Amino acid sequence: MHVVYPAVVSALLFSIGVYGVLARRNTILVLMSVELMLNAVNLNLVAFDVWLRDRLHGGQVLTLFVIVIAAAEVGLGLAIILALYRNRQTVDLDRLRDLAEPTGTGDGAARDPVRGPLRGPLRGPAPTGSGGALTDSGQAVSESATRSGETS
Amino acid sequence: MTEAPSYLSPTGQEIVFLLLGAVAVGSALLVVTTRQLVHAALWLVVCFGALAGGYLVLTAEFVAWVQVLIYVGAIVALLLFGIMLTRAPIGRTADLDSRNRPAAAVVAVATAVVLVTVVIDGFRTAYAPLEPGGGSAKELGSSIFRNWVLPFEALSVLLLAALIGAIVLSRTDIRGRD
Repeated sequence: MHVVYPAVVSALLFSIGVYGVLARRNTILVLMSVELMLNAVNLNLVAFDVWLRDRLHGGQVLTLFVIVIAAAEVGLGLAIILALYRNRQTVDLDRLRDLAEPTGTGDGAARDPVRGPLRGPLRGPAPTGSGGALTDSGQAVSESATRSGETS
Repeated sequence: MTEAPSYLSPTGQEIVFLLLGAVAVGSALLVVTTRQLVHAALWLVVCFGALAGGYLVLTAEFVAWVQVLIYVGAIVALLLFGIMLTRAPIGRTADLDSRNRPAAAVVAVATAVVLVTVVIDGFRTAYAPLEPGGGSAKELGSSIFRNWVLPFEALSVLLLAALIGAIVLSRTDIRGRD
């Protein structure tokens, strides 16, 4: 087996994963693309282990470790995505822009759904307009006020 | 290493590996381009299965079965659960791609060109004769428990931490101290 063949396949898989991470909007699809990139690395490790005849079997053992870490990563990632969905009712990466400064055109619409802390079961669609947090109960508003006071 | 035979007379193993690699790359392309969310997960199964076949051809049997068990069995099932729990639209949806898709395509093609060029240039003469038995469960097990015990135990602690973290993140009645 020429080593070029698995190396080229894994390079192609890696760049497909890069494309998926950059181009997809749904967070779960981004996770799938990350899995593709991890699998490219695994193929490389196995191929080089076979090529170099490592006496410690480093390549294949590290492949097993990468698979385990990928399982842990997917579990944690999905838990984070579910928490995100519970709080904001969306997993759309383009709409999760809280770290960015609000632009002139957007009237804080991207910020508001976060301020009203939604707890417990799902409450239907998130408030999207400006001042959406104000439509929540008074307790939620006061909580968000104290929270913003703490953070400032 | 041993003398490399010509590229013009591929062995049967190389042909099988190339076919499996074509299946893997094609289904990976479908994963990142399909318009249906559930189909992406199912194409991921095809891609991982083809990769497991590639591991088998490369004589890494144990890794191949672990790949089937964990990736195809556990991770894709978890991803399907995630799709279901986030109430993703079933069926064709137009807005799975973001607006920076052309830039992503440019970056991905550039990455592919650079990587493939470097890899072909670097490993043109490398040849790995395949001998069965190198990746059996016995070999790998003795290797793990002789030489890799410490990382193995660290990984088990990592898995425990990830498990507890996932539980804490996904339960709603656990709150931080105010």
